[in-house]
Amino acid sequence: MYGKGLRALSISTVVAMTAALTLVFFYAPLEAEQGFLQKIFYVHVPLAIVSLCGFVLGGLLAIAHLRTRDPRWDFRSYVAIHMSLIFGLATLITGSIWAKGSWGHWWVWDEPTLVSFLIVFLLYATYQPLRFAIEDPERQARYASVFAVTAGAFVPLNFIAVRMSTAFLHPRVLGSTSNLPGPMALTFLISLIAIALLYATLCKYELTAKHTRAQVRALRRRLAGEESGRAGEGGRTSRSAAPSALPAGSVGPRPAGQAARTAGYPIKGHT
Amino acid sequence: MSAATDTSPASAVARDAGAHPRREGTGLWTTVRALLRKELLVELRTLESVPGMSLFALSTFVVFHFALNRGSVEGDLAAGILWVTLLFAAILGVNRLFVADAEQGGFDGFLLAPVDRSAMLFAKALTLLAYLVVLELIAVPAFSILLLGPPIGPALGGLVATLALADIGVAVIGTLVGALAVQTRARDLLGPLLALPLFVPIVIGAARATEPLLVGAHTGTPGARWLATLGVYDLLFGLIAYALFDFLLED
Amino acid sequence: MSFPAEPAALECTGLVRRYGEREALSGVDLTLGRGRTLVVFGPNGAGKTTLLRVLATLLRPHAGTVRVLGSTIPEEDWAVRGRVGFVAHEPLLYRELTARENLRFHARLHAVGEERVGELLDVVGLARRADEPLRTLSRGMVQRAAVARAVLHEPELLLLDEPYANLDPAGIELLAPLIGAESERTRVVCSHDPGGGLGEADLVLGLRGGRPALLAEAGAVSAEEIAELYR
Repeated sequence: MYGKGLRALSISTVVAMTAALTLVFFYAPLEAEQGFLQKIFYVHVPLAIVSLCGFVLGGLLAIAHLRTRDPRWDFRSYVAIHMSLIFGLATLITGSIWAKGSWGHWWVWDEPTLVSFLIVFLLYATYQPLRFAIEDPERQARYASVFAVTAGAFVPLNFIAVRMSTAFLHPRVLGSTSNLPGPMALTFLISLIAIALLYATLCKYELTAKHTRAQVRALRRRLAGEESGRAGEGGRTSRSAAPSALPAGSVGPRPAGQAARTAGYPIKGHT
Repeated sequence: MSAATDTSPASAVARDAGAHPRREGTGLWTTVRALLRKELLVELRTLESVPGMSLFALSTFVVFHFALNRGSVEGDLAAGILWVTLLFAAILGVNRLFVADAEQGGFDGFLLAPVDRSAMLFAKALTLLAYLVVLELIAVPAFSILLLGPPIGPALGGLVATLALADIGVAVIGTLVGALAVQTRARDLLGPLLALPLFVPIVIGAARATEPLLVGAHTGTPGARWLATLGVYDLLFGLIAYALFDFLLED
Repeated sequence: MSFPAEPAALECTGLVRRYGEREALSGVDLTLGRGRTLVVFGPNGAGKTTLLRVLATLLRPHAGTVRVLGSTIPEEDWAVRGRVGFVAHEPLLYRELTARENLRFHARLHAVGEERVGELLDVVGLARRADEPLRTLSRGMVQRAAVARAVLHEPELLLLDEPYANLDPAGIELLAPLIGAESERTRVVCSHDPGGGLGEADLVLGLRGGRPALLAEAGAVSAEEIAELYR
């Protein structure tokens, strides 16, 4: 169901990324003050923008889940947030590299965008532990959605608040993207498109992979369920931070003792 | 009613009055009042939240004294210490807010009643607000005695306004986070982890607003923009909490 | 045969309630007329408590239709609350408060007058210890307070999850007019006791693994068949 268009998307991503890299290295002019290191800006800022949009998207998908109670929306919300968290980590790392290269410190508090990002990252880092700490899958999905909506609304508010608090300290070093000279603006735009496509492709991959795996598990369970006869106690429901990839009711009862997979994060747990 | 009905109290209360007309649910404010009475009664009986929060604040001031090696602070350092302490003490209150309900079936009892479920959000937020007010009545004078350099008198007006706005925000966010965390396994850990980032804008607004108040020479007024920030944040989160809270109660 | 003047107390068709990917209730069908008693048997984990919680509107059905006292849940669950009394595994009372305070709290939630609290405390025999915190009372007394809580608002339908579990015969006798057969209310009782349970029942439902293994009028079922459920 999610695999349609995956190939086309992947190809577009590769094309866009190649284009972006070419532009960054061969077309965009070398910036006077910061030199070569400034080029990391073409990676760092798009990563930040895509990551933030991803978090907000996760919140919107969560709203759909709360309204329709269809677990598939929660599944999509989970993937969006999960991927945004990874892109967010990349944002912080590239930001830190740039800071070290430009000002000699691995971290600077003067950059409101970076600071806001850290706060948002710390908040979303609790998403998976929150999910993992709730056993009942339906409640887990519902609470995760409430969190996703709250956090999604928090992102813009937080940015505004932090921006206000650093406004008078230092002039904004990253510079507004609206007054970039021509070649830089073009390179930035292409980079942004490339990173956005990368995000979309990776999300689609994750959605497809998880969905397929869930379908296989369901089929296996149905086969085993029919062989063993009665559903019995149903076995212990194991803890999992991953939401249900299938619409409700599309799987049969689970035979006793079958372990469920846990999600990507290597969080220790026991069945 | 049949003439042969026996008149013992048992059968009097057991007597079914026939098909009831559909009752209107209990009104919102009646429910909130009932919940508030219950909350405050439980807290008075157990004293689980407020004394702990207050004591924690006092101890934290002492720790700050030794950690910073200062006998007196002012300006932005004072504002920072005050707000960090208040926030961490508030988190203790947030952690305890729903525990009695979760452990003693309070949610079920409430959900079985014909009430507007938002009443619990209002009641819990007002309860937390009450706890914060008592906390501040103890912690702020303590702060001015233990650590604050300049006199607090001239700052009081602005300080109270800032405290009021910040408290509302903390109460709303604390209620939402408390309800989220209480149903999880690691509730004492997740509560603070969820709350602290959400509190950051409140810290920004409150600390920046309080800074000019805690200086010796010319006590300023809290910047209107910071109070406005707090107000807007409170309002937005109030709306978000109102929209989302019911989803945390149902099953 | 006469037509019922009012809708049946309970109507379930194909009720399904899941817990993750497992079905806690798989396709329960039943109809219970007003004033009758349904007794539900089954081993632990069979879904008895889940069924009761669905009927109490605490859980929403995932599939199938459920009508309680004429109202469909979950769409009209607000119309059902306040007309149902639920005695659960836990007393649903605050341990630090007294019986009187707990009952007063529930009375306010249900918009019931406070005189009723005093009446009920007398009936369940807690009048003398009504003003001591619940944590100082014995489990049997707490259970009595829990039953008082459940019938405070004169519900039309009683949902009782092993209501006599912690009670001595004296306690059971005290509560009989409120929640027993004498109360003349529609009742759904979960029971582990094949002998006693059958005695009270008009209709019997046996659950195993969430599935209805047995559904019959009480007269047509033997204690043996019920014991079968537990094997």
